[in-house]
Amino acid sequence: MNGARPIAEDDLQAFVDQALEPKRRSEVEAYLDGHPEAAARIRALVQQREALRAALAPVADEPLPPELNLARLIEMRRRPFLPSLRIAAVAALCLVLGGGAGWFMHGSLVRPESGIALLAREAADNYAVYGADRRHPVEIRAENSAELLGWISQRLGHAVAVPDLAASGYRFMGGRVVATPQGPAGLLMYDDDHGTRLVMLMRPMASQQDTPMSRQDHGPVTGFAWADGGIGYSLVGQTAPETLHPLADEVRRQIGKRI
Amino acid sequence: MNDMMRLVEPLIPALRRYARALAGDRATADDLVQDCLERAISRWHQRRPDGDARTWVFTILHNLAVNRMRQKARRGTHVALDSIEETALARAPSQDERLRHRDLLRALDTLSEEHRSVLLLVAVEDLSYAAAAKVLGVPVGTVMSRLSRAREKLLATIDQDGDGLTRPSLRRVK
Repeated sequence: MNGARPIAEDDLQAFVDQALEPKRRSEVEAYLDGHPEAAARIRALVQQREALRAALAPVADEPLPPELNLARLIEMRRRPFLPSLRIAAVAALCLVLGGGAGWFMHGSLVRPESGIALLAREAADNYAVYGADRRHPVEIRAENSAELLGWISQRLGHAVAVPDLAASGYRFMGGRVVATPQGPAGLLMYDDDHGTRLVMLMRPMASQQDTPMSRQDHGPVTGFAWADGGIGYSLVGQTAPETLHPLADEVRRQIGKRI
Repeated sequence: MNDMMRLVEPLIPALRRYARALAGDRATADDLVQDCLERAISRWHQRRPDGDARTWVFTILHNLAVNRMRQKARRGTHVALDSIEETALARAPSQDERLRHRDLLRALDTLSEEHRSVLLLVAVEDLSYAAAAKVLGVPVGTVMSRLSRAREKLLATIDQDGDGLTRPSLRRVK
């Protein structure tokens, strides 16, 4: 005891919780050295803390039940207007109305798009807006790729790179961050010598599950979408699927190499 | 919502642990955590962006848990802590350890809700005293005094029950 502040109960508690600064900690240790009874009590409390942590640790290791999947809970909150009763009512109405139109509605209402199908739609929508834009198709041009990638990586919380499609005749034009119902997405745009543009959209997916590539057309826009490592990718363009598919494979191959 | 995934998702195991230790059985606890997450999603935009997400989410969970326990207390039901040791473990504890853990959790269960919550938040969930004070809605001084009393009571309960190895079925009622 070197004339320091007297040791109080709060100091002893903080000692047990390892919440003291080093200086105060050594003062408490010195105090405990001189007070065996207090030292015994503190030892018991330290043991108690360790035992509590050990006894409860297994709970945190249990696999999460699906009800506690946060991505799913967020997703469900976005579509609160599709309780099963409502779906049933809509389906019944459609059947009553009958005909092709009714069936078409039924399909679109009962199975709201999600996963990469939703991503592909977002890509097609963005293609329609930015792919047709002659003045400002991209916000940051290819020559400032580093700035663009920094921006997209930061908004997606995931490092991204630009796939190189030059060997297939497509030049990288640049890109931007765009809005989707799932949050920000990165948009990269390419074109070829004929001015044919391709758009690649990427964003984090609600599910971490990898999804194999599939064709996702929306009207005249052809698309291929997949998910790898929690990020979904969709390459779209008004291009024949036979042309687009190998490009999508190439993009996927280049991204996969980086992972 | 990406922020939310980044900040809240990693907390879910700890939230389950707190709810389980506080409320008892797994079903009730996970129900509380689900309620908590749903509230956190709907109020995410209201939280102070500079505030600590962990403290904020724990506060939601704590309030839900306390309300639920008070409702149950009014209805006169008491749920014992589920046997945690039955769950799949990465590292299986020894039989002795398991029995000791079970008795410790039973002793914990005999503490008042105020004592249990402060002990769990500080000693198990590693919240700072200031954060625990926020979650519990009391001054830091109260956290300190409750913490000290909770620890003493838990020690005394374990001592009374002996070493806990031979009398696992004894259980005192509050």
